[in-house]
Amino acid sequence: MPTTTNVVYQYDGSFDGLLCCVFESYDKKEVPIDIVLPDATQMMLVPIKNIPTDLDKVRRVLASIPAKIGYSALDFVRRAFLTCFAQKELYILLFLRLGYRHGSSVMEMLSDDVVHTMVKAVRHLDRESHLFKGFIRFSIFNHILVTEIEPKNYVLPLLLQHFCERYPEERFLIYDKTHGMALVYQPYQSAIIPIDELQLPEPDLEEQKFRDLWQVFYDTIEIKGRHNPKCRMNLMPKRYWKYMTEFANMQKYPEKIAYTISRKIGVGSTKKKISCQSNDNLS
Amino acid sequence: MDVFEKLKILTDAAKYDVACTSSGVNKKTPIGGIGSAAACGICHSFAADGRCISLLKVLMTNICAYDCKYCVNRHSNDTPRAAFTPRELADLTINFYRRNYIEGLFLSSGVLKSPDYTCEQMIETLRILREEYRFFGYIHAKAIPGADSALVSRLGMLADRMSVNIELPSQDSLKLLAPDKSKHSILAPMGYIQNRIQENSVDLVKYKHTPKFVPAGQSTQMIIGATPDTDLQILNLTEGLYKKYKLKRVFFSAYMPVIENSFLPTIDTEPPLWREHRLYQADWLLRFYGFAANELLDEQNQSFNPYVDPKCNWALHHLEFFPMDVNRAPYSDLLRVPGIGVNSAKRIVTARRMTTLNFESLKKLGVVLKRAQYFITCKGKKSESFKITEKAILHSLMSEKTRKEYQMKFSPREAIDQLSLFDMPFKVEPNLLMEDIVKCLQQQM
Repeated sequence: MPTTTNVVYQYDGSFDGLLCCVFESYDKKEVPIDIVLPDATQMMLVPIKNIPTDLDKVRRVLASIPAKIGYSALDFVRRAFLTCFAQKELYILLFLRLGYRHGSSVMEMLSDDVVHTMVKAVRHLDRESHLFKGFIRFSIFNHILVTEIEPKNYVLPLLLQHFCERYPEERFLIYDKTHGMALVYQPYQSAIIPIDELQLPEPDLEEQKFRDLWQVFYDTIEIKGRHNPKCRMNLMPKRYWKYMTEFANMQKYPEKIAYTISRKIGVGSTKKKISCQSNDNLS
Repeated sequence: MDVFEKLKILTDAAKYDVACTSSGVNKKTPIGGIGSAAACGICHSFAADGRCISLLKVLMTNICAYDCKYCVNRHSNDTPRAAFTPRELADLTINFYRRNYIEGLFLSSGVLKSPDYTCEQMIETLRILREEYRFFGYIHAKAIPGADSALVSRLGMLADRMSVNIELPSQDSLKLLAPDKSKHSILAPMGYIQNRIQENSVDLVKYKHTPKFVPAGQSTQMIIGATPDTDLQILNLTEGLYKKYKLKRVFFSAYMPVIENSFLPTIDTEPPLWREHRLYQADWLLRFYGFAANELLDEQNQSFNPYVDPKCNWALHHLEFFPMDVNRAPYSDLLRVPGIGVNSAKRIVTARRMTTLNFESLKKLGVVLKRAQYFITCKGKKSESFKITEKAILHSLMSEKTRKEYQMKFSPREAIDQLSLFDMPFKVEPNLLMEDIVKCLQQQM
């Protein structure tokens, strides 16, 4: 492998653009120190090389990955591109270089630094998208299911199949606030489109009723004698709470209520908790 | 009574059921339907007690003809009663489902009028969901003991998973606390469901479009700590259930004292959460790690060591098994090392095809070296940072919380002086643990 060259690549931010960087790296027999987006400010005394996206090169690289490294590697790289890992572009390049050298077994080199870093980033992405499959809460406005999310990784492409298979006859919209994108679906057609802002109307009576019912259910299902807010927070970190119906009332007086509630219950002795519980059962 | 009140009462009555998993089956919706299911299961929320909320867990009704002493819904308990109509419940489910609040429905019930009548009500609910709403999401239904087998069978055709609660771990305990139920009345439907699943799997081979019977299998649960049954008995029973009835899961529920009764622990008893935790750990060892119940506990040790987990405990008793070379040991042996789990063992097996592993790479594969280092070698060598001190071992084999409790119990004088916690030798040594550690020290050095 050629040693790192004193150059930074600049690409257009698309997956195709990144593949052209891979092409360039092999063409010029060099490995850049970093690959940056067009709007990145120059902070080093390193020459920046702009890599134009050339569809012909894209096609050649895209065909070579399954042929030389395998389909699972292509899928892996595509996923890696969706992660929020800061140096994903450079690592994808390094990973592919490894792959061209070792073939499909690169997927087994789990103890290699590059592969390990990528696997970790992709695991983070997979985990986040899996959590969103559960934590998304739709509101129904005018027969359309709408929701907002604030993910760290770009999870929309991974949520697409799941929700399309789940609600094939519905129309829905999932707005990704972090990336300014939205997944829109109407029966048997889906698309991911850029959206600047989403203004949601006030819920109607029916919608409000089911939100309230859900809150009743959520509050009742807890076994008070086993109260364990820390465990809940481990499994469902607080950053997800913002858009979840069950915490809607907490939002009105954020932090404070949550804090006092956890204080009250946390400090009270177990005996007290249990007697509260038995009262509940009798009343 | 409006639906808010019903939901509150019937959720409150259902919350002591443990199972809330939506796993075991992959399904897609055909055109015109709604809902899907993922084999890994999806948690939609977590209650403030840290338990997963995946399904809408309610009772059809909490009116009950039985009088089981441990149960909040028992006949003699003075508690508000309610019942959903099948349509009400189906509407609620579908509306929650559309908003992605839930993965499906967990339907159980008290026995209203007769087991057959109750079962019919449940069937009607599921029928509305499946046939009218064309709902293909997850449904977990409880078999009502004593219901006609034709009804159980119909319920099974509509549900994804069924369960029969074994309630208490032994016949004697049942006789004492649940006089209306017997071992037979519980095991009979369990066996029936198991047979139907078996038949169905044969049919599926023959005819591709045979409707599926309980595709996600069946599960059960039992209450821990309400009766004097030992961990050994419970674990043996669990193993038996997995083997004989091919259950997908056995759940344990630490007994929450809800009522005053001379047969039950007093109302201020703490729920045995630690015991429940150890049982779940052992349950995992049975299902995924290739352990047998008699390896974890035996007649001499009838209950779990409260200070170290069952796997560690096993390792400390079988030092002849270690140290193990991670580059050579087969998968099944790797699984037995404390600090190596199913995922990291799989990764080790994959990664060592390409390279020889050292301690640095094990860390990357997710091995908890803090624990594993005492039991493994890489290329015939021990970890470089390997130091055997009492402090280090205690630190690594116990969790933070247990360690504190351990200190409190066996050297309360030192526990007060937090700073010098580990510097002083222990005054009172618990028979099992320290002995093992010493043995461990001698052998490993």
